[in-house]
Amino acid sequence: MSRRYDSRTTIFSPEGRLYQVEYAMEAIGNAGSAIGILSKDGVVLVGEKKVTSKLLQTSTSTEKMYKIDDHVACAVAGIMSDANILINTARVQAQRYTYAYQEPMPVEQLVQSLCDTKQGYTQFGGLRPFGVSFLFAGWDKNYGFQLYMSDPSGNYGGWKAAAIGANNQAAQSMLKQDYKDDITREEAVQLALKVLSKTMDSTSLTSEKLELAEVFSVDGKVKYQVYSPEALNKLLVKSGLTQPAPEAS
Amino acid sequence: MECVFGLVGKGFALVVSDTSAVHSILVHKSDEDKIMKLDDYKLMGASGEAGDRVQFTEYIQKNVALYQYRNGIPLTTAAAANFTRGELATALRKNPYTVNILLAGYDKETGPSLYYIDYIASLHKVDKAAFGYGSYFSLAMMDRHYHRDMTLEEAVELVDKCIIEIRSRLVVAPPNFVIKIVDEGGARELHRRYSIGDAPLAAE
Repeated sequence: MSRRYDSRTTIFSPEGRLYQVEYAMEAIGNAGSAIGILSKDGVVLVGEKKVTSKLLQTSTSTEKMYKIDDHVACAVAGIMSDANILINTARVQAQRYTYAYQEPMPVEQLVQSLCDTKQGYTQFGGLRPFGVSFLFAGWDKNYGFQLYMSDPSGNYGGWKAAAIGANNQAAQSMLKQDYKDDITREEAVQLALKVLSKTMDSTSLTSEKLELAEVFSVDGKVKYQVYSPEALNKLLVKSGLTQPAPEAS
Repeated sequence: MECVFGLVGKGFALVVSDTSAVHSILVHKSDEDKIMKLDDYKLMGASGEAGDRVQFTEYIQKNVALYQYRNGIPLTTAAAANFTRGELATALRKNPYTVNILLAGYDKETGPSLYYIDYIASLHKVDKAAFGYGSYFSLAMMDRHYHRDMTLEEAVELVDKCIIEIRSRLVVAPPNFVIKIVDEGGARELHRRYSIGDAPLAAE
């Protein structure tokens, strides 16, 4: 019965559901996960890399983290080809805002403009929704550091800690348990790695399967930084989540 | 002829304008307010073609209000100035507005500020500025007497000096002026300097 309402994104089922949107969210549930944590002095994003192969040669060092503007970055879970479109529109929006006002775009406005685009595909017919969830980390002068999570329906919200992708519910509840309001950035990195190591399928964390990025401020300027594989390995050894690599002899 | 000028003092900015609505050699009205309140903390003094002036300043005012409704936070004075400049620049190559603008505002982080925007869409952040024929006298007066961190009393005294100079040296001097202020308490009218009122009715 419900099949009759499956094929159209824009039609409600008799129970008042939009199946295509729910399927899109389902698709994200299988994607590599990402976790974001808000701390006093910055925002931390970690992501699980799913595509790993010795033969793979990528042009960018990151697969899930994208810088949108000087003060905003995002982590992605879902269909990457869909995400690329949205990331491009987000970048365009951010630059358009700076062009009009000569000021960086407030983070929530950027998230909202992107979610308006996502919402459009749940209402106007003939197209499928974007199969992408985002975590946005950013800073603006009105509200300081912020973390937002958005889903394919175009819903978004501000969070202190959030998880998207595979096992997001387990991760979310772990975050709920361990999050403290006065958490520092260093502690947030530790917490994010701990949660990701427990919710990922693989047994041990390595820098090949992981991405870590931070948005924080140095000397009053916002900075986005991605950890290099070397720095990441050091961090993993330090936090006891992986064994130190045997010395090459 | 038109006189709009302004200056930044310690913790406030002033915008002054004549209040004459003139067409050709006729004065139609001598209590026309040419300084629009953009929002609670912004003043926009404008001179130029009367229709363009009203149309354009209202357009900016409504867009600033729309921004605030949509986003829950007000535009900073700098952002509003850049937005205004952008709109003038886009219009310039299509159907230009002949308006010159002095935008004064007060922001929590940056304090009072004054922006000079002319009809060919140039933008300058300034301490003092003037448009119109009155600028020949008010600019000279401000060059001589303006200093940083003026108190409100000093600033109003300087404004009055400018008005006196305009009235005594400009052939086509407007009779009446309005002085508006923006500070941490918001944007509001401060004084009116009228030398004539309405013409008396013939029947009386």
